[in-house]
Amino acid sequence: MNDSAAEAREPMVRAVGVHKSYGHVPVLNGLTLDIAAGEVLCLLGPSGSGKSTFLRCINHLEVPDSGYITVAGELIGYREQGEFLIEASERQIARKRAEIGMVFQQFNLFSNKTVLGNLMEAPVRVRREPKAQVEERARANLARVGLSDFAGRYPGQLSGGQQQRVAIARALTMRPKVMLFDEPTSALDPELVGEVLDVMRDLAADGMTMVAVTHEIGFARDVATRVAFLHQGQIAEIGAPASVLEHPSHERTRAFLATVR
Amino acid sequence: MAGNPLQAPAAETGAGRTAAVQPPGERKIKQRRHPWRWAGVAVLGVLVAMLAHSFLSDQAYDWGVVGQYLGAGPVIDGLLTTLELTVITMAIGIVGGVLIAAMRLSPNPIVSRVAWFYVWLLRSVPLLVQLLFWYNLGALYPRLSIGVPFGPTFVSAGSSTLISPFTAAILGLGLHEVAYMAEIFRGGILSVPQGQTEAALSLGMTRRTALFRIVLPQAVRVVIPPTGSEVITVVKSSALVSVITLTDLLYSVQKIYSENYLVIPLLLVAVIWYLIVTSVLSAGQYLLERRFGRSLARTPRGGWRPWRQRGIPSGEAS
Repeated sequence: MNDSAAEAREPMVRAVGVHKSYGHVPVLNGLTLDIAAGEVLCLLGPSGSGKSTFLRCINHLEVPDSGYITVAGELIGYREQGEFLIEASERQIARKRAEIGMVFQQFNLFSNKTVLGNLMEAPVRVRREPKAQVEERARANLARVGLSDFAGRYPGQLSGGQQQRVAIARALTMRPKVMLFDEPTSALDPELVGEVLDVMRDLAADGMTMVAVTHEIGFARDVATRVAFLHQGQIAEIGAPASVLEHPSHERTRAFLATVR
Repeated sequence: MAGNPLQAPAAETGAGRTAAVQPPGERKIKQRRHPWRWAGVAVLGVLVAMLAHSFLSDQAYDWGVVGQYLGAGPVIDGLLTTLELTVITMAIGIVGGVLIAAMRLSPNPIVSRVAWFYVWLLRSVPLLVQLLFWYNLGALYPRLSIGVPFGPTFVSAGSSTLISPFTAAILGLGLHEVAYMAEIFRGGILSVPQGQTEAALSLGMTRRTALFRIVLPQAVRVVIPPTGSEVITVVKSSALVSVITLTDLLYSVQKIYSENYLVIPLLLVAVIWYLIVTSVLSAGQYLLERRFGRSLARTPRGGWRPWRQRGIPSGEAS
């Protein structure tokens, strides 16, 4: 515990030797990665390369078979005791998750709650914050994603792009330290992709640490501080967007980029 | 998504097939005829007429007696007992059903197996047998007591004093209903997409909070129709309690016809009350379904347009 606190610049997210298999199929093969605070990391790779699984390991929706992940210097899903990692209780895991925002491909807005209700549910129920204070913050976040007029609507009454912007605002209302994006624009009609990417750009400019699984090469080139290419559950190539996207050194990256363009 | 992209291809194909784009109304449409429907109406008409004739002319029906007993004191008392049993049974069924369904879906293998065992046992034994069992519990355990297992007891009482026919009926009907409601709620919970739970967990909720705040409220919509059926089933299956000497609607008319031998008219009295209760309950179910369909409507609140809920586009764009 002490050594990690003593490190000069703690990475916001650190993954160390993360392994994960589904049955006999290995998905993550000892993935190791540091993500600095304020960084925007885009994860690229063919389907089955482990991008989404890795993202879901960060907030422990998937439990790694071995290896571990820390967020803001704190272990996710375990506590440290000597040389052992002890599985944390459900409540402890939930408390850590509350600090990690996640945006899903299918939006997953709570369909039984209004837009405002979606934003307020977790801060009020989980963090027990006063309602008035949460509502103020929620409305500010709705304004930020350009949906102030939609507070009283139900998710089913919104377009996909609007739903995804609400989902981002919902995650932001918990004031997360990191935001995870799992293919946030893949389920959208082409003309709605832009409005979601604009919100993400705005977040990145604001200094939010972001990890995004995406197929939007243009977004990765413009916004990412680094791009990682995943292949067979490992990082095949990582670096500045210009070098990875324009001059890929790995043959797999080249082949993948050729199909995406 | 609006008008233009939809209209463009229509114009293209229209150029190739001019006959298809003739303005509607130029050619007359002849509707299909349904001769068999009319044959069916004729057959049904004859059957209904025969039945009505029998109802009105047959002495055994004796509608005068039916009218006389429909509002009689003992019958109304029996009806109230039936309604009371139904309300309490459903209250136990719903609360217990949610609990057992949640246990069934728990990641804890012991908890989920206990719930499975409960449902298996109570669905396997006939309700009639369960009622007789609770009624005769005194024969198995003459005294019931609270205390330390295999140690001293604090409170103790005779089973027959604790378990009246009414208590036995509530235990039998209620615990049986829990098993059925548990399966209905389990189905409802499974009908809510997994993503809802994942989103709740990612916001820091525990599984329990996610279940009660997010998943169950959405399951309600799916759960209402089968639960409506269950209420009606309970109204009728509560007639079984006559075997443990509890005077419900059926037993109250049975008592009367055992004295005056007017079996058919008195059974008709019970039938009429069952029909009335069931009709009222069905109407209640309809209103509940409408209420809970609200958040899924695609139109803003206030403008309730049922035709939009069926997924048929209203064709505003064209």
